[in-house]
Amino acid sequence: MTAIGWLQILVFFAIIVAITRPLGVYLHRVFEGDRQPLPRILGPVERGLLRLSGANPKEEQTWGAYARSMLLLSLLGVLVTYFIQRMQGGLPWNPGQMKAVIPASAFNTAASFTTNTNWQGYAGESTMSHFTQMAGLAWHNFTSAAVGIGIALALARGLTRKQPGKHTLGNFWVDLVRGLVYVLIPISFAVALIFISQGVIQNLSGPLTVTTLEGGKQILALGPVASQEAIKQLGTNGGGFFNANSSHPFENPTALMNLLQLCLVFAIPAALTYTYGRMAKDQKQGWALLAAMSILFFAGVGASYAAESHGNSAVARAGISQPLGNMEGKEVRFGVSASALFATVTTDASCGAVNSMHDSMTPLGGLVPLVNIQLGEVVFGGVGAGLYGMLVMVLLSVFIAGLMVGRTPEYLGKKVEPREMKLAMLYVLIFPVLILGFAGWSLVAKYGLATSNNGGPHGLTEVLYAYSSAAGNNGSAFAGLGANVPWYNWTLGLVMLAGRFFMIIPALAIGGAMAGKKTVAPGPGTFPTNGVLFTLLLVAIIIIVGALTFFPALSLGPIVDHLVGQTGQVF
Amino acid sequence: MRELTIALRATLVTLVLTGILYPLAVTGLGQTVMPAAANGSLLRDDRGQVVGSSLIGQPFTQPGYFWGRPSASGYDPMSSGGSNWGPSSAKLRQRILVERDRLAAEHPGAGPVPDELVTASASGLDPHISPATARWQAARVARARGVDLARVDTVLSGTIEGRELGFLGEPRVNVLVLNLALDRAFGRPLPPPPPITPADTPPAR
Repeated sequence: MTAIGWLQILVFFAIIVAITRPLGVYLHRVFEGDRQPLPRILGPVERGLLRLSGANPKEEQTWGAYARSMLLLSLLGVLVTYFIQRMQGGLPWNPGQMKAVIPASAFNTAASFTTNTNWQGYAGESTMSHFTQMAGLAWHNFTSAAVGIGIALALARGLTRKQPGKHTLGNFWVDLVRGLVYVLIPISFAVALIFISQGVIQNLSGPLTVTTLEGGKQILALGPVASQEAIKQLGTNGGGFFNANSSHPFENPTALMNLLQLCLVFAIPAALTYTYGRMAKDQKQGWALLAAMSILFFAGVGASYAAESHGNSAVARAGISQPLGNMEGKEVRFGVSASALFATVTTDASCGAVNSMHDSMTPLGGLVPLVNIQLGEVVFGGVGAGLYGMLVMVLLSVFIAGLMVGRTPEYLGKKVEPREMKLAMLYVLIFPVLILGFAGWSLVAKYGLATSNNGGPHGLTEVLYAYSSAAGNNGSAFAGLGANVPWYNWTLGLVMLAGRFFMIIPALAIGGAMAGKKTVAPGPGTFPTNGVLFTLLLVAIIIIVGALTFFPALSLGPIVDHLVGQTGQVF
Repeated sequence: MRELTIALRATLVTLVLTGILYPLAVTGLGQTVMPAAANGSLLRDDRGQVVGSSLIGQPFTQPGYFWGRPSASGYDPMSSGGSNWGPSSAKLRQRILVERDRLAAEHPGAGPVPDELVTASASGLDPHISPATARWQAARVARARGVDLARVDTVLSGTIEGRELGFLGEPRVNVLVLNLALDRAFGRPLPPPPPITPADTPPAR
């Protein structure tokens, strides 16, 4: 590790802390304010889109109605993207003459982008037409992110509103449209232009054949990359235009753009904690969440950077020195520090973009992204998804603290009762059932092991990572696993859908259950949820839930991989 | 039923707005204001011929050129990606040993082989190597081109890019840009690589 490497990490974090308040205030004004920003310009756009959709913006929805609207939009999203891929041969903007995507892969990708996972079983440059990339995939980058923000706000409204007897959580269509019009589209547009200025391509051309300096042929894949790249990072989607994702020079040409990409990933998740503090009328409630996230972020990036700096055992064994650290699967312009930082950020937030190949990280360096996902994508987390996941963890912590003092737990003055706890447990349990169930199945089935790229414990990690990534709606991969086969396409697709909706529905139901509750004034026995003690308890609960659940599986994968690596055995 | 109608209409409206209008607007503006960058930062040689993109690495094997890193895709931009081999992979170990021995044989007296030249990049298209890795090859390039090492070093030094803003990323050399600069300074290297005569053969390791 070097001082300059750490400086990059600290500057990144300082930028995130600096934008948390202004962006948080802005988001509060957009979603909870009486008067939205730029009313002359964006106001008519918002009202126009709502009118075109036929939604009634005045209508408040119960949690069930909110969930129904969200599910209908998502269902249509899966279908539309499935059919765009199947019919792309006959659709416009297909200069590369891409053929119809096969059904299993089309289903996997439709599920993947609808759920904000952006797992990529396909290779973009050789599979998807420009139209599919734009209308089939980038469209979901916007809507799935806006949906995530909406769900987080709905749960936050349920927890923070003080209107006993009123059980509504806001209007799904209003949240969706406002997220697009005031937040995601304007920021993406500006960022896309910055990206282009630095070399990210943006065109509708087909592949370009050039004669290389040595006289060989090279075919450059081109397309509308910058527009997709901007929302891919801002919406914590992570689905790249190219197979190599953000390591591809056309997606991420410089270390400066790399920093911008990272800032985009954490921007909205960090800001939402401030927005939440505003809604709770106690800014410290928001800062406590941000502090817990930050502790886990630094633990991850420190561990990953240290492990990667240590170098690759295969290179060391060949007697070759590694001045920077492990460079297998990394780009020279980023180096080890910016790669370890990217790997941590992209898995803390459920982004899933990569600027280095996680599969080629050292066993302990690669353990960090895996654990980050398995903590439940609450360390900043996906846009919206991070906040609602974190709030479920908060309720769990409040409940456990209540058990310790033998008192009915309360949060923000509202009693937390068995119904909410059952829903929270459902939320927490669905995750390991999906991951361990399907990973276990794949590891004992011939078809599950057939496409592994690495043997031994590393092969096990590949499969474990795939289902963790799918259930956590992350989308990054230990990409050596050949996942574009029927078994992985179908099961990973199903796991992504379950990991999104079976977790959103309990989260919304908790919001609905808490919404109408009476508020009681804090008494001497109330456990304050805005201080240091609570932050530490919250961190401990997140680690215990994640670690206890997955530790046995991790011991068989990355931990054995590390120990065996010391002996020099290869597979 | 009413909800389904709203969902259908919202699907269509958001798809047109974010999936078609937004990318087309970015494309239109990018193509108007920054066409060179938007179309791939293409590089041309002295004859005006496009020889590639300044962002995309190319395979180099001739001794008169600097070489880039191993690529899992053979520098094919139609199938970008890394090796995805973990440190315990037998195939990775094999590649590292083969490349090490090959490079050591072709760079007698240059010292230990740099790690970047035995490890594959993430994209398979990494256009860069570190300045140290470039310097390690300079003597071989100078010998193949029949020019002084000092003159090759001068060209090399002129193409080194520092960290951005002084602290972001790593110092680097763009291999294609460097090789174009060499051609500009010394002319193209003779096409068929000069065969290694027995006298040049390094002692077996």
